[in-house]
Amino acid sequence: MTMKASTRQVNGVTVVDMSGRITLGEGSVILREAVKDLVAKGQKKILLNLGDVTYIDSSGIGELVSAFTSVRNQGGELKLLNLTKKVHDLLQITKLYTVFDIKDDERKAIEAFPK
Amino acid sequence: MTNRVSYTLDSTLDSVNHAESKAQEVAARAGFSEDDQYNIAMAVREAAVNAVLHGNARDPQKKFFVAYETTSDALVITITDQGKGLDPCVIPDPLAPENLMKGSGRGIFLIRAFMDEVRFRNVEPGTEITLIKHVGRKTANAKEETQ
Repeated sequence: MTMKASTRQVNGVTVVDMSGRITLGEGSVILREAVKDLVAKGQKKILLNLGDVTYIDSSGIGELVSAFTSVRNQGGELKLLNLTKKVHDLLQITKLYTVFDIKDDERKAIEAFPK
Repeated sequence: MTNRVSYTLDSTLDSVNHAESKAQEVAARAGFSEDDQYNIAMAVREAAVNAVLHGNARDPQKKFFVAYETTSDALVITITDQGKGLDPCVIPDPLAPENLMKGSGRGIFLIRAFMDEVRFRNVEPGTEITLIKHVGRKTANAKEETQ
């Protein structure tokens, strides 16, 4: 299953709904380009909804870290929403679970961004 | 009884996907749980990515080789590239504070996390990595922990 990313605006936050596999190649590139475009447009409150992401490899994890860093370096915030158990476990064993701000409720996640 | 199947693959991402899906198939046939199948397939994917990107440097002239061997007590997967060789001792720890936020460098860490045994061997030219998952190991460990 290829990766797809679509964006929507909710109360000043850009929610990126992602589905499929974030792996080396197309999946990682789609994520990178999506975040790059948002930052270039000045959209600095980004919520990555990973609820339909079925698989992430080490390249995908690296891409999430790079996205987080790039948004933060521009003075923005990137949060993660709706991790599957597999993705949750991967972030745990790579010790990234506490680095990311991870939410499981979209409304609360959006409210958690600075006004 | 031992079953062995091997493939010679081009240095492409399509080959990585092939190696990964074959690993899942072989692990399922060997009776591993769905979680183990997933982990084994991811370990193979990471090893194949290393073979294609870091070993063979995507050189179309170079191949990598994957062998899946099922024995009565283990699944043994060997992935060999034709690159310059790898010293596993010099691989940075991705959990170290200075590496935690790096965008790469987690592949071998994940392989080690998901397999029971991981061995590296320089084969002139190239690197051979052997991944071993024992049948029933998880259950045995869980049993020990509860005793």
